[in-house]
Amino acid sequence: MTLESILFIVFAAVGLASALLLVTRRNPIISALYLILNFFALAGLYLTLHAQFIAVIQILVYAGAIMVLFVFVIMLLNLRDERSLREGLSWKKVFAAGVSFGLLMEVIYILMTSASGMTELLPAKATEIGTVEAIGSRLFTRFLFPFEVTSVLLTAAIVGAILLAKKKLD
Amino acid sequence: MMLAAAAAFAVIMAKINEIVGPRRETDEKVTTYESGMEPVRTARERFSVKYYMVAVLFILFDIEIVFLYPWAVSFRQLGLHGFVVMFVFMFVLLVGFVYVWRKGALEWD
Amino acid sequence: MNTYLTDILQSGALMITTITGIVLLLVEANRRGRPATSFALAIVGLLAAGMTALIQMPAHGTGFSGMVQTGGFASFFAALFAVAGAMTIALSRSYLARIGWFRGEYAILTVFAVVGMMLIAASNDLIILFLGVELMSVCLYVLAGLARVRDRSNEAALKYFLLGAFATGFLLYGIALIYGAVGSTNFEAISAAFPAISAHIMFLAGAGLVVVGLSFKVSAVPFHMWAPDVYEGAPTTVSALMSTAAKAAAFSGFLVLFVRTFHFVGAGLNTVLAVIAAASMILGNVVAIAQTNIKRMLAYSSIAHAGYMLAGVAAANAIGLMGVAFYLVAYAFMNIGAFAVVSMVEDDHEQHLTLDDYAGLSKQRPLVAALMAVFMFALAGVPPFAGFFGKYYVFLAAVEGKMTWLAIVGVLTSLISAYYYLRIVVLMYFRDGAADVAAKPSVLTMVTVVLAALLVLQLGITPSVVVQAAQRFF
Repeated sequence: MTLESILFIVFAAVGLASALLLVTRRNPIISALYLILNFFALAGLYLTLHAQFIAVIQILVYAGAIMVLFVFVIMLLNLRDERSLREGLSWKKVFAAGVSFGLLMEVIYILMTSASGMTELLPAKATEIGTVEAIGSRLFTRFLFPFEVTSVLLTAAIVGAILLAKKKLD
Repeated sequence: MMLAAAAAFAVIMAKINEIVGPRRETDEKVTTYESGMEPVRTARERFSVKYYMVAVLFILFDIEIVFLYPWAVSFRQLGLHGFVVMFVFMFVLLVGFVYVWRKGALEWD
Repeated sequence: MNTYLTDILQSGALMITTITGIVLLLVEANRRGRPATSFALAIVGLLAAGMTALIQMPAHGTGFSGMVQTGGFASFFAALFAVAGAMTIALSRSYLARIGWFRGEYAILTVFAVVGMMLIAASNDLIILFLGVELMSVCLYVLAGLARVRDRSNEAALKYFLLGAFATGFLLYGIALIYGAVGSTNFEAISAAFPAISAHIMFLAGAGLVVVGLSFKVSAVPFHMWAPDVYEGAPTTVSALMSTAAKAAAFSGFLVLFVRTFHFVGAGLNTVLAVIAAASMILGNVVAIAQTNIKRMLAYSSIAHAGYMLAGVAAANAIGLMGVAFYLVAYAFMNIGAFAVVSMVEDDHEQHLTLDDYAGLSKQRPLVAALMAVFMFALAGVPPFAGFFGKYYVFLAAVEGKMTWLAIVGVLTSLISAYYYLRIVVLMYFRDGAADVAAKPSVLTMVTVVLAALLVLQLGITPSVVVQAAQRFF
């Protein structure tokens, strides 16, 4: 076994375990902490795929900023007793589980039947396109327009956040 | 391989300690450790909604890092072009920031 | 730098709208800036953008390293979005003042939503398509919850946001799979690779997920559940924008992808679209009959109209493309008009929204009732109003596309729809009732509604204007 596959197994195992713990814990703060662990495991997986940039962003934006928001929201709501939110098994849930399972099978089927083309493509190009420099040089030339559009999108979101969440509007 | 063995050793040792060692829970032991201070009340206080505003604005401005980071790395190759395009990007967000400021969303009242 | 200058000039409408939005932000940041100034500026900016789009329509091209298309299709839809946006802002002025939410942010968000819509229609790359959908949706989520002291408005915003975010996830997943199959997000590259890859399972799965994401945005069955609640809870003029310009934007996404990029696909996807179209026509029209709230009725009618238009997309031929484009223009003016009348009859506390409140309207407000009658006839597809030709073209396209069954479903469900549209007319003219319209509508509102009615008539009499423009789309 190469180092890469060992790392993959470790990160995948940590990712799966933290995801399972995340949905089974009763205290939402603990769930949030497992989510951070999950983000780190994902970042590790990105690194094994030679996607350095995505890995760094995963930690900076998700484990950093988005987690802050999650924890704040948990603290804002702060239900004394989360057990009141429990629901029994209903037909809706069975149906949803069935649909999710079907989708999962579909994804697996697609991966099984068409993965061959992807694996060939991956190692040759991935190291080259995953670096921060590569992304920088393309983002500000060929993908310049989407980059500038993002600033408008963020600004619109800022206006929306103020309009909906500011306590006193003049 | 050494790394894995070392990690496994540490985990196994800690687990053995936990299983073999005696467990006596006293009041002192189960209270939250606050560097010697007596915990006054629960840490799970309900936060004011004002924090939410701060968190949302923080995220929106934090996302700029996604773009600033590769920009900073390849700034030398991009030259003046890079400066201008980032200026346009930042200008739009700066207008958003001025809006936030003048609306008083950064004030804690 | 020079190339960027030509790119900027070529997509003039987009740039004017974006700059308008930024200027509005600065006006709003200024403490002395009043909402009335913002509204006036927004209307002027949008109309200028619309004019620019019409002027630039003959010049075809791509810009920003192949990210956007300019002229033709993009300009046609940019003009439609700009005019529809300007009309809803004009209508909102007195309505929002009445309900106490006359704020400059409304104009800012509407303008940015229009920027998003223009991006969808102009997209020449999946990334731009996605950014356009996101920009439009983010603005609409907030606008739906604008009246944040009202429970229903909050409910509408939250429902729209949660389901919309889910749909965006589908769209993004689909985009990722298409990128995985083709190796590019550019429409020209996808278009070139299409013959070889159209049966590839990963590509099909991606295209299917994109269909799900866009079907949500056009509120087609079975992705329509949000529409009645959101249209009912959102401020009425916001519902007008969502059901017309936003729907047209999502349809322009459908057209760009399926007609241009996927070469009027054969590979099973248009059968899927046809089934979605038939389901939308049947469910929308049948459930609309049972509604007592006018905004919910218009929501179900909007689902049904999405079905008619999807029939044109599914037909996958030139008449279908032209028919959908015509239908979108006609529907935008009919439905903005209908929602405008609803906003005039509605009082300040979400009352007077039932169908019975329209009984005897012709006695109190003869002009308003007459305008509503025009819009109802047009929505029902009665000639000589614009709705008739819209339906005629899409059903003709379905027949030409060897989907006669779809055209039959369309004609039969149109007959059903006549019942609930004409019921409003009967109520207004032949029933006595205590319809008391809250306030006298402002001049600006009336001018806008009359303009919408005139456009509905004009398009019905001379549909060739749009038809000719549609022939030079790509």
